[in-house]
Formats: sequence, C-alpha cells, structure tokens
Amino acid sequence: MNRIVKKKVLAPAVKLIEVENHLIAKKAQPGQFVILRVHEKGERIPLTISDYDREKGTVTIIFQEVGKTTTLLGRLEEGDRILDLVGPLGKPTHLEGLQRVVVVGGGLGTALVFSQVKELHRRGTKVDCIIGARNKDLIILEEEIKPYCANLYIATDDGSKGHKGFVTDVLKRLLDEGNRYDRAIAVGPLIMMKVVSNLTRQYGLPTVVSMNPIMVDGTGMCGCCRLTVGGQTKFACVDGPEFDGHLVDFDEVIKRTAMYREEEKTAMELLQRSLKEGV
Amino acid sequence: MAEPRRKPNLVKTKVPMPAQDPQVRIKNFDEVALGYTPEQAVEEARRCLRCKEPRCVQGCPVNVKIPEFIMLIEEGKFLEAYYKILETNNLPAICGRVCPQENQCEKHCLRGEKGEPVAIGRLERFAADYAASCGEPRHEPTNPAPPKGKVAVVGSGPAGLTCAADLAKMGYQVTVFEAFHTPGGVLVYGIPEFRLPKRVVQREIDNLKKLGVEIQTNMVIGKILSVDELFSEGYDAIFIGTGAGLPQFLRIPGENLNGVFSANEFLTRINLMRAYRFPEYDTPIKIGRRVAVIGGGNVAMDAARCALRLGAAKVYIVYRRSEEEMPARREEIHHAREEGVEFKLLTNPVRILGDDNGWVKGLECVTMELGEPDASGRRRPVPKPGSEHCLEVETVIIAIGTTPNPLIANTTPGLELTKFGGIVVDEATGQTSRPGIFAGGDSVTGAATVILAMGAGKRAAKAIDAYLAARR
Ligand SMILES: Cc1cc2nc3c(=O)[nH]c(=O)nc-3n(C[C@H](O)[C@H](O)[C@H](O)COP(=O)(O)OP(=O)(O)OC[C@H]3O[C@@H](n4cnc5c(N)ncnc54)[C@H](O)[C@@H]3O)c2cc1C
Ligand SMILES: Cc1cc2nc3c(=O)[nH]c(=O)nc-3n(C[C@H](O)[C@H](O)[C@H](O)COP(=O)(O)OP(=O)(O)OC[C@H]3O[C@@H](n4cnc5c(N)ncnc54)[C@H](O)[C@@H]3O)c2cc1C
Ligand code: SF4
Ligand code: FES
Repeated sequence: MNRIVKKKVLAPAVKLIEVENHLIAKKAQPGQFVILRVHEKGERIPLTISDYDREKGTVTIIFQEVGKTTTLLGRLEEGDRILDLVGPLGKPTHLEGLQRVVVVGGGLGTALVFSQVKELHRRGTKVDCIIGARNKDLIILEEEIKPYCANLYIATDDGSKGHKGFVTDVLKRLLDEGNRYDRAIAVGPLIMMKVVSNLTRQYGLPTVVSMNPIMVDGTGMCGCCRLTVGGQTKFACVDGPEFDGHLVDFDEVIKRTAMYREEEKTAMELLQRSLKEGV
Repeated sequence: MAEPRRKPNLVKTKVPMPAQDPQVRIKNFDEVALGYTPEQAVEEARRCLRCKEPRCVQGCPVNVKIPEFIMLIEEGKFLEAYYKILETNNLPAICGRVCPQENQCEKHCLRGEKGEPVAIGRLERFAADYAASCGEPRHEPTNPAPPKGKVAVVGSGPAGLTCAADLAKMGYQVTVFEAFHTPGGVLVYGIPEFRLPKRVVQREIDNLKKLGVEIQTNMVIGKILSVDELFSEGYDAIFIGTGAGLPQFLRIPGENLNGVFSANEFLTRINLMRAYRFPEYDTPIKIGRRVAVIGGGNVAMDAARCALRLGAAKVYIVYRRSEEEMPARREEIHHAREEGVEFKLLTNPVRILGDDNGWVKGLECVTMELGEPDASGRRRPVPKPGSEHCLEVETVIIAIGTTPNPLIANTTPGLELTKFGGIVVDEATGQTSRPGIFAGGDSVTGAATVILAMGAGKRAAKAIDAYLAARR
C-alpha cells in the first residue's frame, strides 16, 4: 500500500506521483482529495486526486514544492512508500447535465482540473479550457489535457507562450465574444479564483472554485478549514472543497492561509540546511 | 473476608498525590501527577473499610470490584490487584488518571461522609502502573480457531477499544477502523500528555493487538468504505464508536479571525501532531501572549493548561456560569488554578475583535447573573445590561462542546438519529435501528466520559455476541 509506482517532473518544482492504494482508487471521484504524511514527525497535508486508475489501483497526485512537506514528498522515488494516505475526502464535483463549460486552471490548478475535464469530456460536455502560468516553462499538462478540450487557450504573464497576460483576460474575451457557458470552473491561486469569480459575476455565469485552506484532519473534526460562504461558516474538507465562487469570502481565506507563514519559513530553512549538510 | 484484628487507617484525608511543582510543570508537558509509591498505596488502601455492601462499586459504571482490589493492594499483592480490576475494566491505567471519580465511586464511598473518600482512582492507577513496570505478564486467552465470527469496530476511542477487546476475548475476529493515523480517539488527540501520557494509551493498544485485534488506521468509514460495504466485505456485525468530534462554534462575529481555534484543532495540533515540539515536529501552532479559552469543561481546562505550557503569559477561562456549575473535574480546575490560569466566571463572550490584518486583538464580553433554573436544572445565566467589557487577547480557543460527526450517519441509510445527531440505540444493548449495527460512547450520548464510553463498548460486545450466537 501507498507505494509510489511512477514519478515524473512536470515543471521545475512540480511533480507527479502515481501511488498504489486500491481502496482509494476504487472510491475516488473528480474533485476529491487525500491527506498524507511523509514521516513520523510530519504534518498532515491535503492534495487533490488529479487522476485515478481503478484497475491498476492507483491514484495520481500532482504537487508543487512550496514548503517542507511537499519538498520531502518530492524527494521520494519510485518504489518508496508514503507513510500515511487517507481518502478520498471531500465532496465529488457535480458534473451532471452540463452542455458547455469553461475551465480555468492557473499554475498548478491545471493539474487539479485535469480529472474534471476528462470526466466532462466523457459525459459529452463541450469544454473550453484556459490554462495559465507565469511563463511557458510552468505550463503543465498541455498535451495531456488537449484531447479532452474543444478549445484550449494559454496565457502567460510574460507572453512567452499564448496570450500575454492573465487567464481572466482570455476568459473576458470569450465571454465578450458571446460564448455562452452553463458553468465556469476555476482552480488555481486564491487571488486568481477571486478575480475569475468577480468577472463571471458580472456575466451571471455560475462559477465553481476549489478552496485550499489549511487543514488538519480533513473529516470535519477540527474546524481549521472553515471559511465563509454566503455569510455562513462552512468546512472546506466536508462541505467542499468546491464552492460557489460568487459566495466565497476570498479575503478571509487569503488571510487565514497566511496564519503560519513564519513557522512555514522556519521549517523550510531548517530543512534546506539539513539537506545541504546531507542528512 | 476481613481479618478480625485489621485496624483501618482512620486519617481523614487521602494520602497526598506527589505532583510536579506548578512553576516547573508549566514549562513542560510531562505528567503532572506522579503516582503513589508502593508504601503510599498501601497506606491509602488501609483507609478502606471493606464495607459489606460497598457503595463505591454501585457508583462505578463498569462495577470494578473496588474493595477487593484495594484489599489486594493493602496485602502487597499488587499484580493480583491489577488482575482483579481487569476483570471488569480493560483500561485501568487510563481510568485511574482521567475518570471523574469524585462523581462516581468516590462520591459514594463511606469514608467520604466524614473527611475524604478513599482515593480509589489513584489506587487504580497505582495497580496498573505497577503491573506495567513489571512488564505486565497478562494472561492471553486462547482464541478458538476458526473464530466465532467477524466484527468491524469503527473508531478506536475508549468505546471501540473496549468493545474490540471484549469481542476478541470471546473468540471473534475483530478489525478496528480508525480515521486518524494513530489509534486512541480523544485519549490521543484530546487529552494532553501531562494528564495522560501517550505511552499509557499505546500500552493498551499493544495489549489489544496481542489479543489478535487488527487495527487499520487512515480509514475514514463513510468515505473509503461505507458501513454497508463492511457487511458485504464479510463482517457479521459492526460497532460504531466514532465519538463526538464535531466542534461547536459560538456563532459570534469574528470567529474566523486568525488566532481563533476550536479546542479540537488546538488540542489535535498539540497532542496528536506534537506541535509543542515544533520545529522538531512539522506541525506548527500559533499562540499569542494572552489567551482566552471559552468554556468550563475538561476540554477548556486542558486547552488553557496547554496554552500556558506553550508560553502564554496570561490565560483566561471565560465561563458564563459560576464555578459551581463548571463541568470540569475538580482536580483539573484545581491544577489549572495552581498553574496560574485566571477564571473569568459569569462572563459571556459576544464578539471577537480583529486588527486590520485579520488577527485577533480582543474578546468583548458581558457579565452574567444567574437567573431561574433552566431545563438542565442549572440556574440560567442572563446578561447584565451595560456590562460590556473587553479582554485583550491574541488567541481565542472555543471549548463549548462537540456533537457527533455526521459522516457515518449520512452514509448509512436507515440509521435513526436523535435531534443533536447522536445515534439512537437500545441502552441495554447498543443495538441501533439497523440489525447487526451497534453503537456506543460519545457517538450516542454526545460528549461524555471515558468510563461511560467503555461501559457502552462492553454492553455492546455482549449484545453482539448474543446477536451472532442467535444467528448461528
Ligand atoms: C483540498 C486541498 C487540495 C489541495 N491540492 C493540492 C494539489 O493537488 N497540489 C498541490 O501542490 N497543493 C495542493 N494543495 C495545497 C497543499 O496542501 C499545500 O501546498 C501543502 O500543504 C503545503 O505544505 P508544505 O509543508 O510543503 O508547505 P508549507 O510551508 O507548510 O505551506 C505553504 C503554503 O501551503 C498552505 N498550507 C500549509 N499547510 C497546509 C495544510 N496543512 N493544509 C492546507 N494547506 C496548507 C498554506 O497556504 C501555506 O502558505 C491543496 C490544498 C487543499 C486544502
Ligand atoms: C480534551 C478532552 C478532555 C477530556 N477529559 C476527560 C476526562 O478527564 N475524563 C473523562 O472521563 N472524559 C474526558 N473527556 C471525554 C472522553 O474523552 C470521551 O467521552 C471519550 O473519549 C469518548 O469515547 P468514544 O470511544 O466514544 O469516542 P472518541 O474517544 O471520540 O473516539 C472516536 C474515534 O473514532 C474515530 N472516528 C470518527 N469518525 C470515524 C470514521 N468515520 N471512521 C473511522 N474512524 C472514525 C475518531 O478519529 C476517534 O479516534 C475529555 C474529552 C476531551 C476532548
Ligand atoms: S465505599 Fe469506600 S470504604 Fe467502603 S468499600 Fe468502597 S472504597 Fe472502601
Ligand atoms: S480540516 Fe479539520 S474540519 Fe476540515
């Protein structure tokens, strides 16, 4: 169980691993996540299930090395085991009855919408996909996602590929050109999801975002992942992680995810020092 | 049974429990109460009158044979005393530390009428710790092969552990499914190390494994497998001991500010994830210089005392009734006070104030008066007009109770629930509205006690045995 059967580097600091866990693979659905721990003294961190193979009994996780846990996870190789893996957690995405959808993936978000795009395609939904990143090296999964999209648009901040600018510029253009969608799905940095939601609100386009607050248990037990949606407190791990982007209080979530910034920095510095010393 | 010439120790007070000095212990997470020496235990055991109709036993939810085990301690037969307790209680080292004895056995003890009752809890702890120090040569039962049946236990708190142990002893093949990566329930994620060392819980888990019980961690039932799927996997009966893990919030403004925790989150970070040893352990915890803990139960005391140990300069307990109504154990209130926790009684929070960056900077409260008794029989607190005031704090911990987590209920069709989300059971057997599914502990009663959860686990084990015997 939890053995890494495949590992791939998608972009600098973005890695894909395929992990054996028959039970999770059997149950996983698009939109759900796992919580894992990489060593005995490790933190529990949530990561989206970006793909699963029920026959092989594996789930795929794509993650960005941003701090200690994800860096340690990135150092595991094929054949290594992940200490603890729990899931599938969270509610699956509702993808029923959609004719035409626009999906926006920012940075790593592309990985996180991949399984949804695939599932929508399977159901016969027409998907327009906009993926963006800071520059062309950070665009991931372009080739993989393309076959499932009716149209694929790319935006980079520096213009090294596709449109020069933000994914929201492309989205705005598509909407202004008269493209009609039943739904927008936006996954990426909080600020991107906020901007997308503000834009689609003006067009009355229902928008689903995937929230990534800090979590501990992932089962509704600690309340750490709470956020305000439409004036009500919700727990992202059990009520989400997907919510109506027009109702989420993004500013609050952005503040809450900064709660442990100093500690995260300390942990990372210590890790880098010990990695340098070759421990 | 009593020897004619035995003269009990008639001292009115319990033999004092050695404890770490308050000024020292607020700087560490080591156990506060240090336990009796054999001499102290014998001396305390001599206080028991060996009543013919011992009232203490009736006060014990699992009917531990109290005068009998105390007599064995007096005779220096410490291991025998331990086995005597084990006849009815699987977890004596835990109960001896955390049971609210003052409301149970000790409340009824005859010696309590004139002076202090016999220190039954401390003696129970002594017997268990003594046995552990000898390597605990426990007699393992020989299980029949093939097993009498397969039972799944969901949740590894005291209810689940007790039910699993009893069923294993009866000859069933038992698998425990636990959502967290470590088994033990509240015993590991809630109750802090300084009150219940985790190695004591680990010992009980190891004993369970020796009985042949399999424990599968990282298994959230209702997500990875539903209860019905457990049946189709070949389990003949299921016990649900999933506790009451859903935190309540106050629903007051400011609750999502940075620096506001549910007690569950705060204690889980500290106890299960060992945040007090960050950065050696990876999980952080953030604590301000001044901390307000809202609530008056054991959970609130534990959170307050953890906050002190993390280095807070000032820790308040904010409770809306008076000390008399506080549900926490007396010993814990006493310990908290000794350590310097300040009690703001008859005080109710109305709003959490934040700074521009979204961090807590204060707690606005009102003073309360006690009015007429309410449905619970306790006098109802009512706010005094014009008594608004502000506590300057940077951290607020909400410890006002928990309710059962709806995860299992939502994924198990036909399981009848109470208004507050507890599973409806027949009290004598733990049988739920679904045949073959039993439940007990906090998942049924809402937040209660370790010993009540154990009692429920025991009754359910018996009932499961009867249910499966009838089907054979
Ligand atoms: C439902 C969900 C799904 C996610 N899916 C993915 C994914 O597929 N790929 C991916 O790369 N990232 C994903 N994340 C974010 C990922 O959990 C964090 O990047 C990771 O926890 C960082 O851990 P660290 O120790 O490496 O970094 P740290 O230095 O600890 O933190 C870096 C940042 O990560 C966030 N973070 C830290 N700890 C946690 C925590 N316990 N829970 C949630 N966020 C935390 C904070 O915003 C923090 O500022 C997801 C988050 C959630 C809630
Ligand atoms: C901080 C604190 C201090 C306390 N102090 C005392 C005290 O001093 N004395 C006392 O007698 N009582 C005390 N209590 C209360 C006591 O701990 C509980 O009443 C008791 O633990 C309840 O036992 P349980 O077995 O019903 O549930 P729990 O101990 O809550 O265990 C339930 C277990 O089930 C697991 N679980 C939940 N859902 C699922 C699922 N879907 N799938 C798999 N596993 C699941 C949980 O992770 C947990 O491990 C305290 C409680 C707290 C929180
Ligand atoms: S009631 Fe008190 S004195 Fe009597 S048997 Fe029980 S512990 Fe001993
Ligand atoms: S992570 Fe604990 S409640 Fe959501």
